[in-house]
Amino acid sequence: MKKIINDPATVVAESLRGLAVAHADLLRVRDDPALVVRADAPVPGKVAVISGGGSGHEPLHGGFVGPGMLDAAVPGAVFTSPTPDAVQAALAETTGPAGALLIVKNYTGDVLNFETAAELAAVDDLDVRSVVIDDDVAVKDSTFTAGRRGVGGTVLLEKLTGAAAARGDTLDAVEALARKVIGQVRSIGVALTAPTVPHVGQPSFDLGPDEIEFGIGIHGEPGRERIPAEPADALLARMVEAVASDLPFAAGDRVLLFTNSMGATPQLELYLAHGIAERLLAERGIVVERRLVGPYITSLEMQGISLTLLKLDDELTQLWDAPVRTPALRWGI
Amino acid sequence: MSCSAEGVAAALREAAEVVAEHRSELVELDRVIGDADHGENLSRGFTAMVAVLETEVPPTPAAVLKLAATTLISKVGGAAGPLYGTAFLRASAKLGDAAELDPPLLIEALRAALEGVQARGKAVGGDATMVDALIPALSAAEGAAGGSVAEVLAAAAEGADRGAESTVDLVPRKGRASYLGERAVGHMDPGARSTALLLHAFAEAAR
Repeated sequence: MKKIINDPATVVAESLRGLAVAHADLLRVRDDPALVVRADAPVPGKVAVISGGGSGHEPLHGGFVGPGMLDAAVPGAVFTSPTPDAVQAALAETTGPAGALLIVKNYTGDVLNFETAAELAAVDDLDVRSVVIDDDVAVKDSTFTAGRRGVGGTVLLEKLTGAAAARGDTLDAVEALARKVIGQVRSIGVALTAPTVPHVGQPSFDLGPDEIEFGIGIHGEPGRERIPAEPADALLARMVEAVASDLPFAAGDRVLLFTNSMGATPQLELYLAHGIAERLLAERGIVVERRLVGPYITSLEMQGISLTLLKLDDELTQLWDAPVRTPALRWGI
Repeated sequence: MSCSAEGVAAALREAAEVVAEHRSELVELDRVIGDADHGENLSRGFTAMVAVLETEVPPTPAAVLKLAATTLISKVGGAAGPLYGTAFLRASAKLGDAAELDPPLLIEALRAALEGVQARGKAVGGDATMVDALIPALSAAEGAAGGSVAEVLAAAAEGADRGAESTVDLVPRKGRASYLGERAVGHMDPGARSTALLLHAFAEAAR
């Protein structure tokens, strides 16, 4: 394992220190429990939008803290959900009478810890709601699994709910919007290599030189299917089919297409993939109205990409275009 | 050992040592079917717990277990933090003001722990989780109810071993391993394994 680190035990804390130094105008960082908070929090009268989860997915979530998006991010250890007291600390620093929305990815650990935090918040008389995003079409949504995972759609959900909170929506309205977005966003991911978690020191799974994992999650957990590597046209056709047929997305639908690098896939390949995906969607009569291309929800240095499709309407498009100013996503301000 | 608060604290210290010894094994089990953090997370939680117990040992077994629960919940994260935290918390609640643990009380605590884990994680037997270790641990403990605390715990540990072994042949239906489906068959559930390890540590400390 070659990584630019000192000690696996201090990776997250040292990285957060760097984030704080680099973006002191936007956010502040707290140690033990680790927390990334908007510099001007709490913002009076505004619903707080908070998310969190294991570290190693940067810029998710700390890179999305700032006006127009998150009020706080709660980072756990690498690929490990944060603890309930950390979520409580985030609530304490950001949340007033307007309440807070917790955005939780559907992974067992995240759900259990955030659920516990929300119960504790109720004891403190805070109005806290939580939504669980489960956009990954790779997982069969049945009682036989932990349910679909929350993956790429999380980035879009954080932007849209952040924009709704910024324009002054009530907690009821922000929560309703979040549920609407969760209902119409879908993703699929693919991995060419495995990530290496610092405290483990070896790749999270073993993949042959000509194999890829189709339907990968964001924690380096194996996907559902291992297939031989194939040219980009064939791979993207497989990915677009998996995502578009799920909702399903139909001819005439307006969508946001989010092509994401899982960490190590370079822009050269990422834009190549994005171009193919747009072409394939056009062939289906699906209208790509907005785009996001880049590494926004990653899995350490894993090579691979994910595709996320969100069905748009005028309101969602408007919220997407609304100003945002965070380390990783910034326009309009 | 005495089954006073000090005895329970000693059992937790023993558990911390066993977790540290098996850290890599648990990480490896989890690497194959999950995300490779189970050993790391448990180790972090038990290390913190031992540090807290160094500064104070609460007066009753219940209070010691409660302290263990809150430390695990606030230090472990992942799924294991809330699940083990809930197990210790529910066990603690069963013990009330008792100054000493006896076999009937211990069995009640084990039952409460199992029920707590099931309530929190929504898993049932056969899902390939720590519940598959806890169910046979409880029934083995009940079978040994006539013996000493040490004998009850030893029986529970052996039951948990068998349960952990049984997860090898199961298709996981909870947690991150569930995403693998059939591909997870042939691998032991890391949570079931750590449950067995903890019970062995408690049994060892009680001898």
